[in-house]
Amino acid sequence: MKQNDRYVKKGGVKLSKVVKADYTAEAVAGFNSRTALEEAARCLLCHDAPCSKGCPAGTDPAKFIRSIRFRNVRGAAETIRENNILGGTCARVCPYDNLCEEACSRCGIDKPIEIGKLQRFAIEQEEALGMKTLSVPAEKKVGKVACVGAGPASLAVASELAKEGYDVTIYEREAKAGGMLTYGIVPSRLPQSVVDYDISKVEELGVKFVFNTEVKAADLEAFDAAFIGVGLWGPNVPEIAGNDLPGVYAAVDYLKAARSGAEGFNAGNRVLVVGGGDVAVDCAVTAKLNGAEDVKIVYRRTIEEAPGNLNEFHYALSLGIGMTTGMAPDSIVGDGKVEAVNFKGFRDEAAKLTLSADTIVFATGQKAEDVSAIAGVEVTDKKTVAADDNGITNVDGIFSAGDVVNGGKTVVEAVAAGKVAAFSIMQYLEKKGVK
Amino acid sequence: MAINKDLSISYMGTNFQNPFCLSSSPVGSNYEMVAKCFETGWGGVFYKTVGIFVADECSPRFDQTNKEGLPWVGFKNMEQISDKPTELNFENMYKLQRDYPDHVVIPSIMGSSDEEWKQLAKMCDEMGAPMIEGNFSCPQMTSHAMGSDVGTNPELVKKYCQAVSSTTKIPFIAKMTPNITTMEIPARAALEGGAAGVSTINTIKSITNIDFENCTAMPVVDGKSSISGYSGAAVKPIALRFIANLLQDEIIGKTEVSGIGGIETWRDAAEFMALGCRNLQVTTAIMQYGYRIVEDMKNGLMHFMDEKGYNKLDDFIGCALGNIIPAEDLNRDFKILPSFSDEKCVGCGRCYVSCYDAAHQAIDWNEEKRRPELKDDKCVGCHLCLNVCPVKDCITPGEIVWKEGRQHKEIALKHKYD
Repeated sequence: MKQNDRYVKKGGVKLSKVVKADYTAEAVAGFNSRTALEEAARCLLCHDAPCSKGCPAGTDPAKFIRSIRFRNVRGAAETIRENNILGGTCARVCPYDNLCEEACSRCGIDKPIEIGKLQRFAIEQEEALGMKTLSVPAEKKVGKVACVGAGPASLAVASELAKEGYDVTIYEREAKAGGMLTYGIVPSRLPQSVVDYDISKVEELGVKFVFNTEVKAADLEAFDAAFIGVGLWGPNVPEIAGNDLPGVYAAVDYLKAARSGAEGFNAGNRVLVVGGGDVAVDCAVTAKLNGAEDVKIVYRRTIEEAPGNLNEFHYALSLGIGMTTGMAPDSIVGDGKVEAVNFKGFRDEAAKLTLSADTIVFATGQKAEDVSAIAGVEVTDKKTVAADDNGITNVDGIFSAGDVVNGGKTVVEAVAAGKVAAFSIMQYLEKKGVK
Repeated sequence: MAINKDLSISYMGTNFQNPFCLSSSPVGSNYEMVAKCFETGWGGVFYKTVGIFVADECSPRFDQTNKEGLPWVGFKNMEQISDKPTELNFENMYKLQRDYPDHVVIPSIMGSSDEEWKQLAKMCDEMGAPMIEGNFSCPQMTSHAMGSDVGTNPELVKKYCQAVSSTTKIPFIAKMTPNITTMEIPARAALEGGAAGVSTINTIKSITNIDFENCTAMPVVDGKSSISGYSGAAVKPIALRFIANLLQDEIIGKTEVSGIGGIETWRDAAEFMALGCRNLQVTTAIMQYGYRIVEDMKNGLMHFMDEKGYNKLDDFIGCALGNIIPAEDLNRDFKILPSFSDEKCVGCGRCYVSCYDAAHQAIDWNEEKRRPELKDDKCVGCHLCLNVCPVKDCITPGEIVWKEGRQHKEIALKHKYD
């Protein structure tokens, strides 16, 4: 077999020495029952396991790895799913290397247990074995709760409440549930099938979904409590010359167009992505896997300071995506469309750089949108909802958590905050006498 | 909500909340240890063997075998029976029984004469024990009047069982040694002596490793070592074999057997029960991992029962026993050719090497494609290739070929390999 025969076109994407699978195919292969057992056998089965203290959502990796090790994969899936409704999703997008894997005692010998990948295996087995895992109590409660937005925080709130027997309805303005998971992450990192399967577990609990609906305050009157989990979807493009030219995108819009648009999506050919987080990498990977020839990430600080996961940067590099640090965008130039971008040094005042581009994507954070139509909650100067650590807002019966409160953090933190908010809602309903 | 299934089972007339017990060994030798194991979820304990003899132990006393980096494939242990005073042990057991009424505390005893066996049986009677295990099987006793030297002598087994059964009405379980060819002989002798049943296997006499610093075996005790008991995952196949032999015996098969030997997972436990065991005992896996392993044993067993549609352990106890038949009775009319997946194959060639060097040279190696090619006429269907293949589901059972002149009929196959 000649070397070049491998690089064939597939689904409109030119596979190459670096691009070996198309946009929707998961980049990392999972474990099978043998390789999972081999990895679980590396686990030191620590007493008072440090990994189990490293998860914001309270997942107990030590317990589920032990279950895999002792041939109880069903028990492993049960442990994960009962604690985290988005177990399959978090297995892909969690920053493990900063959380449980960093805490792993095995780091003192060689390298940590691949906890995320073992979690992925257990949840894949849950699906393969057709396990039901979660159940609702036979006796339902009368309390009715609405969740606005179908992203991670709302999904966590809804499932916690449904597990206790409450009647929950999720309202979503898009056509599908998942929020950022469905519209804001590259599918090679998080395939849609994984998101859909996690959401099917929420549906199994009897949670109702209403799509294509912008919720107004009046819609919430029929409910005993409401949760605002609308996330951050306001585009954030810096105020620089040329930012209104065709070819300039905010990351949320670019990623959403790619995920929902499929055939109509034009990734561009010379693509610059500005930013240093996972979203920047997702945009660059999206461009590359959709056929862009030249993709570069430009970040104003250093990789060390970048919030993105180092594994994701490695993946981007392996795809031939370039990375330039220390430079910030200064102006976008072009005649009726983007043609080039001028950068200046962020710390080095002498530095100047001009890069040709037909597309520039700003992955420099998202803004909160106006939530006043949903509820008259107090907001911060950044327009995020002012809720406390328990998800309680200044308005009686209105709760909020996730990105719209914390300003944009990880999926697992949204799940964790959603679980806490669900507990606050239950306490509120108990106190109100709605049981 | 986590799965919940009834794991309770009656054994020797006593109800156990689950069949998982500590076997009589270092893992259950005082009050605190047993209390912790009960709180972790074990159903019962066979308390560390109590004798009139109080052991004087050596140091160090353990060793383990490993293969290709996997530790604790087998484990060697030189500890004898309890090194604590007899009265203290009975006091501990009495208190455990009082403080944990939902768990089962079973004394394990060992005497060196009729009188000692009777004296110990009397103490068990006074304690109000639900059953007693007699240790006829410890292979590392410093006295030849005790342990496996007794267990291989049917007359002595019978005599000491009589000593106990004439002293107390409490059901007596004789713990058998695997250091014998035909376990049915001492097991029948035990029943003739009044034992209600047997438990097995105790450890297997072994030398695990030779130490070349001192030119002796492991563990090294002042430059010397001794033969002593081997246990752990490596001995499970031997335990299952003895148990099948016992439960297929006309007389012993009518009694209740407690299974011991290399149990680590729910699956191991289910295997012992599939052969007919109504009680399970564990030590080595606890020595390696702690009492917490019972959590996955119980939870995994519940999931297994849920998957299979069993509501109680009795629904599957003994389900495999009747399908273990003499080699001469196996259907030898066919061979099953292996099927090779070119797509899953990673091109390592291990099947080719093993087939050539250890089987029937039935695989050709395509050097250019790096793929095996089966020569159907030379293949005998031994499945050595399937067993050495490192890739899951790459080599699987394929076409069934009937031997010349044999009658074709429906046959039961295994399809899924882990």
